[in-house]
Amino acid sequence: MKVLVAVKRVIDYNVKVRVKPDNTGVDLANVKMAMNPFCEIAVEEAVRLKEKGVASEIVVVSIGPKACQEQIRTALALGADRGIHIETDEEVQSLEAAKLLKAVVEKEEPKLVILGKQSIDSDNNQTGQMLAALTGMGQGTFASEVVVDGEKVNVTREVDGGLMTVALNLPAVVTTDLRLNEPRYASLPNIMKAKKKPLDAMSPADLGVEIAPRLSTLKVEAPASRQAGIKVADVAELVDKLKNEAKVI
Amino acid sequence: MSILVIAEHDNSSLKQATLNVVAAAKAIGGDIDVLVAGENVGAIAEAAAKAEGVNKVLVADNAAYGHFLAENLGELVAEVGKGYSHILTSAGTTGKDFMPRVAALLDVAQVSDIIRVESADTFVRPIYAGNAIATVKASDSIKVITVRPTGFDPVAAEGGSASVEQLDVVKDAGLSSFVGEEKAKSDRPDLASAGIVISGGRGMQNGENFKMLEQVADLMGAAMGASRAAVDAGFVPNDMQVGQTGKIVAPQLYVAIGISGAIQHLAGMSDSKVIVAINKDEEAPIFQVADYGLVADLFEAVPQFEEELKKVL
Ligand SMILES: Cc1cc2nc3c(=O)[nH]c(=O)nc-3n(C[C@H](O)[C@H](O)[C@H](O)COP(=O)(O)OP(=O)(O)OC[C@H]3O[C@@H](n4cnc5c(N)ncnc54)[C@H](O)[C@@H]3O)c2cc1C
Repeated sequence: MKVLVAVKRVIDYNVKVRVKPDNTGVDLANVKMAMNPFCEIAVEEAVRLKEKGVASEIVVVSIGPKACQEQIRTALALGADRGIHIETDEEVQSLEAAKLLKAVVEKEEPKLVILGKQSIDSDNNQTGQMLAALTGMGQGTFASEVVVDGEKVNVTREVDGGLMTVALNLPAVVTTDLRLNEPRYASLPNIMKAKKKPLDAMSPADLGVEIAPRLSTLKVEAPASRQAGIKVADVAELVDKLKNEAKVI
Repeated sequence: MSILVIAEHDNSSLKQATLNVVAAAKAIGGDIDVLVAGENVGAIAEAAAKAEGVNKVLVADNAAYGHFLAENLGELVAEVGKGYSHILTSAGTTGKDFMPRVAALLDVAQVSDIIRVESADTFVRPIYAGNAIATVKASDSIKVITVRPTGFDPVAAEGGSASVEQLDVVKDAGLSSFVGEEKAKSDRPDLASAGIVISGGRGMQNGENFKMLEQVADLMGAAMGASRAAVDAGFVPNDMQVGQTGKIVAPQLYVAIGISGAIQHLAGMSDSKVIVAINKDEEAPIFQVADYGLVADLFEAVPQFEEELKKVL
């Protein structure tokens, strides 16, 4: 079966994020960018499905500026077969991303679409669910285990009270949580090979989708910073402070 | 304006988060209806009807909603919600699961995880794991919103007298079915709404050692939490994870033990009123947010903490 994986280029998760002085956003100039960690997990899961003989082809798609091709190449080096780049310099919000991915789903007809549960920049946690709704597919969000079984997929989900397993008809959408797998690193030979794998570029207009954001960001501020408090000498002082100063016990 | 709040519950009781979401709805202003969807939810509907500020409770009681499958809830909420100006639910795992489907079905954007209401169309939400706070304006005619419960003080659970109306809308998309669940059972308070939270990290070394924290937690009436590293290592179950991708907590007292204080962890607890950190590394970033820091080996400090607490509690 064919698996479609969506990946997003975001600020590297180790980078200390700084708000721009004019409060228009976050400073991304000269900042290290990387594949969103949840998307790495999505790619890894697809590659494992291929290694198990469940997936036959892995198509990886990314939406955004030219530079996204770096993340597509990374996914190709990790084991994806073919890339699709939907190129735009405009801000793409979740609903539009879902519409673009829907157009790709209609062309590619994958049996399974795997996405990260959220991107660590906008922290929205929306695109996979929106794609599932627009394409009339079932969804297994926040997945910690994915088992394809004939025409169904069983997805174990990390939920507030613990774990929950659902069975979905295929085709279906899965969004990854942290414990689904541990992504591998790309080897140098595979990075070289990935350069020759096919990568198609297209525009949102080619897919018949208009980019018209519904949300506008009025300002972006740094959070109220917390002041470091004091160091206590021992446990007795700690308990005394909690009881008599902070009055929280 | 008319606001539809989707209640969060587990078919046995109404979750406190619903009261926080009603508070967010009050901040927007307008008539507030609450939709209770689930199976055998009569008592929950009654509880919702008593919440302060609720106008009407709508009940969709059917096996199709029993396990909160997003495919079914999404269709239900999109249909019931289309007459409202705002649709709100809590940003728990159920709300995060079905709400984007509602937005997509209505062809509107969703505003996720709001912590403040500026006006009926402008909301404040954290981005980049809380390292930046964005003010966003939504232009769609229906605003679909998930609410971070810790951002809003709950409305009173008692005192209201809303009418209760049964809906006979049954949406079974036929796309998904429930297979099973593993619910962590605990007599301790709910992590998301507890007044005191005690969390352990990789420094705890194994699951067995968490028993030390459990004893302290029980003494203080605290909920138990953990860092991602402790969950990944299998010390404790996933539903204990606090952070950017786990639970967001803001208790009166948060005690971090053997946790370094990575930004992804801070994203889940830095709004706590008082933070205590016990860590043997005096350079650990957790000390930068801690009100009271103790540089010590936790295997000595935690048993002492228990003894000292016994003296004063
Ligand atoms: C996309 C993404 C999402 C993430 N989401 C989350 C999230 O939601 N929540 C989360 O917590 N993390 C999250 N993380 C992981 C995060 O980056 C850190 O790796 C994690 O929080 C570290 O956990 P820790 O502090 O327990 O472990 P460590 O960083 O290893 O720290 C262990 C600490 O224990 C101390 N220690 C060790 N032994 C002792 C002792 N005997 N006595 C006292 N102190 C001791 C050490 O000094 C150290 O400070 C996420 C990461 C990514 C990439």
